[in-house]
Amino acid sequence: MGRYVARRLLQMIPVVIGTTFIIYALVWALPGDPFAGRCGARPCPAAYVAEMTDKYNLDDPLPIAYLQYFGNLLTGDFGETFQGLSVGEELLRAYPTTVRLALVAIAFEILIGIGAGILAGLRRGSFLDNLVLVSTLVVVSIPVFVIGSVLQLFLGMRWGIFPATVGGDASLYNLILPGFVLAALSLAYVARLTRTSLAENRRADYVRTAVAKGMPQRRVIGIHAMRNSLIPVITFIGADFGALLGGAIVTEGIFNVPGVGNLIFRSITARDGVMVTGAVTVLVLVFLLVNLLVDLVYGWLDPRISHG
Amino acid sequence: MATTQAGIVPRPDQAGVTPLLEVEDLHVEFRTRDGVAKAVNGVSYTLHEGETLAVLGESGSGKSVTAQAIMGILDSPPGFVTGGAVRFRGQDLLALPDDERRAYRGRSISMIFQDALSALNPVFPVGWQIAEMFRVHEGLSKKDARKRAIELMEQVRIPAARERVGDYPHQFSGGMRQRIMIAMAIALDPDVLIADEPTTALDVTVQAQIMQLLADLQRDRNMGLILIAHDLGVVADVADKIEVMYSGRIMEQAPVHDIYAAPAHPYTKGLLESIPRVDLKGQELSAIKGLPPNLTNIPAGCEFRPRCPYAREICKEQRPPLAEVVPGRFSACHFAQEVLEGDIEPVQQ
Amino acid sequence: MADPTPPVVAQAEAPETTETTVRTLGRDAWHDLVRKPTFVVSAVLFVFFVTIAIAPGLFTSLSPTDCDLALSRQGPSSAAWFGYDNNGCDVYTHTIYGARASIMVGVLTAIGVLLIGGITGTIAGFYGRATDTVVSRLGDIFFGIPLLLGALIVLVSFPGGADTPELVTISKVVLALAALGWPQIMRITRSSVLQVRSADYVQAARALGAGGVRMILKHIVPNSIAPVIVVATIAIGGYIAAEATLSFLGVGLQPPVVSWGLAISRAQDYVRTSPHMLLFPASALSLCVLAFIMLGDAIRDALDPKLR
Repeated sequence: MGRYVARRLLQMIPVVIGTTFIIYALVWALPGDPFAGRCGARPCPAAYVAEMTDKYNLDDPLPIAYLQYFGNLLTGDFGETFQGLSVGEELLRAYPTTVRLALVAIAFEILIGIGAGILAGLRRGSFLDNLVLVSTLVVVSIPVFVIGSVLQLFLGMRWGIFPATVGGDASLYNLILPGFVLAALSLAYVARLTRTSLAENRRADYVRTAVAKGMPQRRVIGIHAMRNSLIPVITFIGADFGALLGGAIVTEGIFNVPGVGNLIFRSITARDGVMVTGAVTVLVLVFLLVNLLVDLVYGWLDPRISHG
Repeated sequence: MATTQAGIVPRPDQAGVTPLLEVEDLHVEFRTRDGVAKAVNGVSYTLHEGETLAVLGESGSGKSVTAQAIMGILDSPPGFVTGGAVRFRGQDLLALPDDERRAYRGRSISMIFQDALSALNPVFPVGWQIAEMFRVHEGLSKKDARKRAIELMEQVRIPAARERVGDYPHQFSGGMRQRIMIAMAIALDPDVLIADEPTTALDVTVQAQIMQLLADLQRDRNMGLILIAHDLGVVADVADKIEVMYSGRIMEQAPVHDIYAAPAHPYTKGLLESIPRVDLKGQELSAIKGLPPNLTNIPAGCEFRPRCPYAREICKEQRPPLAEVVPGRFSACHFAQEVLEGDIEPVQQ
Repeated sequence: MADPTPPVVAQAEAPETTETTVRTLGRDAWHDLVRKPTFVVSAVLFVFFVTIAIAPGLFTSLSPTDCDLALSRQGPSSAAWFGYDNNGCDVYTHTIYGARASIMVGVLTAIGVLLIGGITGTIAGFYGRATDTVVSRLGDIFFGIPLLLGALIVLVSFPGGADTPELVTISKVVLALAALGWPQIMRITRSSVLQVRSADYVQAARALGAGGVRMILKHIVPNSIAPVIVVATIAIGGYIAAEATLSFLGVGLQPPVVSWGLAISRAQDYVRTSPHMLLFPASALSLCVLAFIMLGDAIRDALDPKLR
């Protein structure tokens, strides 16, 4: 296990360097005016251009400039907007809300996604199974912002069951509707993945062995088949958590949840490029970090991976 | 003969004792998209305490399906038991409700499988999987169950059992994995052990060790052992009695030495002639020509006729029943007597 | 199975028609496909949407610029079945004309990722060793950036305006999506090529001295492309949804381009009073995404004999 962890950590380093380099190069080093669209509707003030050129070493050759930028990242300095706001501080303020929203979404994925998947997987070909298959296909096809708008319109505005916007009060109750919308797509995947995985494992030889050992049906399915079936599902949900921490731009925008996604959403509208790129860089790093954790959990869940 | 006659009440054997396990006129079919495959068509056999019964046949002969039906682990659907009885000490298991039947699995009748790697759960340590028998069936504590698991691993001769109890199946060699399977199967001291081609996936040298282990355990514990195999060579030294299966039916039934000395069915004869033998070195090995019949469409008459070198007109029309040839020996062949005595010539094709 | 028996058997059964002598996997798959309702439905939808995209004039006599502010946000009526949007444009006409941009982005992005991912994946899979390592690690890096976040950065860094030509706006979105979407195709191509490469007939051709490029074009590509095409088809749906999301966020396509995403984005502000502005383009978008996903699913099921 220790060697597996070490190997995964080592593999992580070039990916982190690579991704940050790509983002840096996209933002600052491609031909064209790097300051176009970075300071709202008007051109950037000369003083800000000078400051940024200095801070991001834009006059240095790309590799050196990048190294200095990477050094800044390591010390937690994600830059400053033209209005003088620190990207890092803004993110720190918004992040807890996003984490909470992502947790609500994950709860939906686990409860509804795994639940529906198990019901469908245990009764392949039943009405319930077909219902799950069709409804997940429909959910997968409807883009999040459509689901969000429609649910907001009906559940929020017309029927008033849930608050239509979250605003300053990001309580768990207020986050139910945006959390569900955020989870919708992954929920469908989780349901399908659980269904397929469980249906496959139920036919596995070791499940037959468990029956032959005289284990009660509950234990055969609940422990022997389930433990194996849930490995890919848990891996997916874990990876999705990383994506949700960054992918909530649309949902947070629609429901006005004061999280990182909303910060990016507002910064795009205000054409504040520095905030957008800074925040996205952080999100990508978080995404990678969570993926690393998921890999480690995967190694722990499936001994064949880590006990090579 | 006695084998096809139906009986509801426990039927005393010739010796007047109830057999340990009695399979009677068992029928199993698989309902698939391509039709109904009749996998087992009226199989009957009995097993006594301390007896080793070998069931032989090619793949698709129904030998494994019979065993799965005995255990009650058929994949259903598509598999269904459509008739017959499986009596354990007189109690028909097929007539029991699911939860009562479960009590027999693992405790009274146990089974080991051909491919131990896929038959063991990959995500639980082997010790846990053995200990599970004690924890679920006997309600032992984690600690005690683990202790018993280690003891069992030692009994099946796994070196350094104490150190390896927490290892996972993929960390063991094929032979060691099969030993773990065996340890699990004998954990609750079952009366009947069914071994479904336990050595097929193993190296030849390991095969012999596993067979020896099974034979020793069977003798020490006085278990009834059903040994499923696809060739005679593997079971010759350990079996008492042999059932030869073909196309879901028993073709020949006899004590092991009698069968070796002189088979009473052309199929058994073919099987024997296809084993490489030291004393016949240099001679050409003969394989049985052709393929087993399609189980969704078994031809009328004798199932073996299309491949039988001795087939006559009668074989096309009448399916020969399993009948006694000489006392203690049964064969499902119109010319069983002639085959037994070597008094029949192959038909020129 | 690589044994030559099945074609011979088929030949004996049908000696007259040379057409059916060899029942290839492709023919089998086609046979299965035309009997599947999901395939038939999705294929019809697919043809329908592509026709709309190519010739929108067939479906409406109006042009998307025929707008009358006096009709602003009028609901559906016999004159305009889908109603009018906030600019007084016919929603039906806009939904019809919106198909072109959306599908173009989806299909062009798919072509882009097929080219980049297909070529790199084939090279990595065929040549193996160091080449494989470099390509795979490069793919890991791009894979580490979530599609939407990465595209966001690219598009924010190259802002466009109302005066940017339509084609440039579309290509920008396509490039942004393709630049981040290719590792998915690369990975699938690579594993598919790895499988084919170890097949007996390829080994035999190698032993007979077949050269690299010829080998790739003649043996590797035709035999490994099926799963890649399937994934690309499903991905088109995803790209269309991604374009709509980016346009919704205001960084994707820009007016005067007519697209579903833009229409939905505009509808967002009036969703309470004029839900028809949201309903029709959103339904068209979802239906189109559904068509591509279902089409890909159906083809995969037909091509993968294990799932039957």
